[in-house]
Amino acid sequence: MKTDDKSIKWVEEPQLGFAGRMYLTPFVDGLTTTIKHLFKVVQGDDFTTQFPEQRPTFGNALIYRGVHRLNKDEHNRVKCVACFLCATACPAHCIDIVGTEAPWEDREKYPQSFVIDELRCIFCGMCEEACPVDAIELTSLFDLTGASREEMIFDKEKLLSVYDMTKDQEPMKSAGHPAPARPVKGH
Amino acid sequence: MDFLTPYLPPQEWLEPLLKIAVVVGVLQGAVAYLVLAERRVAAFIQDRLGPNRVGPFGLLQPLADGLKFILKEEIIPAGADKLVFLIAPISIMATALVTFATVPFGYYMPFPGVKQPIELTISPGLDIGLLFVFAVSSLGVYGVILGGWASNNKYSFLGGLRSSAQLVSYEIPLGLSVVGVVLLTGSLKMETVMTAQANSGWWFFLLQPMGFIVFLISGFAESARLPFDLPEAEQELVGGYHTEYTGMKFGMFALSEYIHMITVAFLAVILFFGGWHLWFIAPAAKPETVTMFGGVIYVLVLSFKVLLMVFFFMWTRWSWPRFRYDQLMSIGWKVMIPFGLVNLVVSAACQEFLGPQQFFLKALIAWGTLAATVFAVTVLKPLEAPKVQLPART
Repeated sequence: MKTDDKSIKWVEEPQLGFAGRMYLTPFVDGLTTTIKHLFKVVQGDDFTTQFPEQRPTFGNALIYRGVHRLNKDEHNRVKCVACFLCATACPAHCIDIVGTEAPWEDREKYPQSFVIDELRCIFCGMCEEACPVDAIELTSLFDLTGASREEMIFDKEKLLSVYDMTKDQEPMKSAGHPAPARPVKGH
Repeated sequence: MDFLTPYLPPQEWLEPLLKIAVVVGVLQGAVAYLVLAERRVAAFIQDRLGPNRVGPFGLLQPLADGLKFILKEEIIPAGADKLVFLIAPISIMATALVTFATVPFGYYMPFPGVKQPIELTISPGLDIGLLFVFAVSSLGVYGVILGGWASNNKYSFLGGLRSSAQLVSYEIPLGLSVVGVVLLTGSLKMETVMTAQANSGWWFFLLQPMGFIVFLISGFAESARLPFDLPEAEQELVGGYHTEYTGMKFGMFALSEYIHMITVAFLAVILFFGGWHLWFIAPAAKPETVTMFGGVIYVLVLSFKVLLMVFFFMWTRWSWPRFRYDQLMSIGWKVMIPFGLVNLVVSAACQEFLGPQQFFLKALIAWGTLAATVFAVTVLKPLEAPKVQLPART
């Protein structure tokens, strides 16, 4: 890039006044800026979220990519039709499905077992994108912890229980609810 | 100790030993809590809360930090010079602590059962107090250089190199800045300096504004605090001279850095802000008339001023960016030393022609000189190198 390039925008430094040239105003400016912030926090206006007691809020919890859940339909059955699209889309190969003949009239197959290894998952949301029946969704649960590797392998029952846990706060996207806008702290 | 009694009466060794125990103990505790204070102040300035989990308001955090320092694995790098590597933190810590031998932490304190009121200095009556402080604190640079060298690491080495040049450069203005105060009082004893300010009511920053500014800036540079923390400059040198240190050895470096900061704060308060003197608390006429209550008040006043000064250090840290190395050097040699010399000449002339009194006139002259010199250096720029002509841009 040459200095005579037309796309370069040259910015001139602002000229300092007399006091500025004697280092008086820059000196005081630096100190006042920092002390203002200090008193702001002393008065209780800070950006910190006191985590375990205080939960962080999301701009839109519905598009957050946290722990997975398996959605249920209105008859309380798993929505999944065991089409394997999510497992195919998964770049981390963390979804393991065993499909079998469905006992219901409205579909051919359903998952006999549906296991997600949360430790392998990279929370990219591709499974959610791929699902044709909106059966798998990512919730806004972000503080996923466990004491062992086995504990972090989520089977069908566990994934369905995540749905039961979160269905009230985060309605299914296919249900046509508009996303509730929540204010982000600090703004 | 019985065999010593004929030569040294117990009072003569017991008193200093007790003072040493108190000073060292209080210093270490103070440092632990200053680390917490610094973290909280830093957090507040950055709109955060800082450590507030361990104990109420995070007050037990220093305990956890100390435990961590002690329990962490001590690693000596394979390529390091083991002996020097071990000596460096010890030497820096020792010199930082020894500095306090002549720094008074109060006025006098009567004690039941002791005839003379106790002077609140570890070594009272030492006539070269200031000189001793500067001599010993400048030894601290050995710890930094040795640590940087012995680590056998480029970053550490660069940190040590930078620090040696910086500390040596700023010793000169630091010494010059104090000479004005010494001229005003005719003594290198810090107790005398404080008493002189208490008697006249004129704190010396009013009479020596230039001396104070030079002292403060050089003090920041000497204690290697931001904006002069080039020896550690974590963004460019990882951690500078203490990159390779772990556990308590690193803790000793951190500890001595804070003790340096406290020393500079003490000196600033003692030399320029009246020490234990406050205008509405009448100073005791004689050491013998100090009551126990009065003595405690004096200690508290002095500590409060020191804490304010330390807060200023922490506040400054987040207010300005770090200097570039050539800027650091040119400020030291081209600005601070001329300032110190002008101040020295003007205060010597004032002292000679105006006598020991006439404080108002002296203050007027001093502030006038400060304004004139700052104007000369910053606006007229006699010392600035000619600007390099950049190729013309079209």
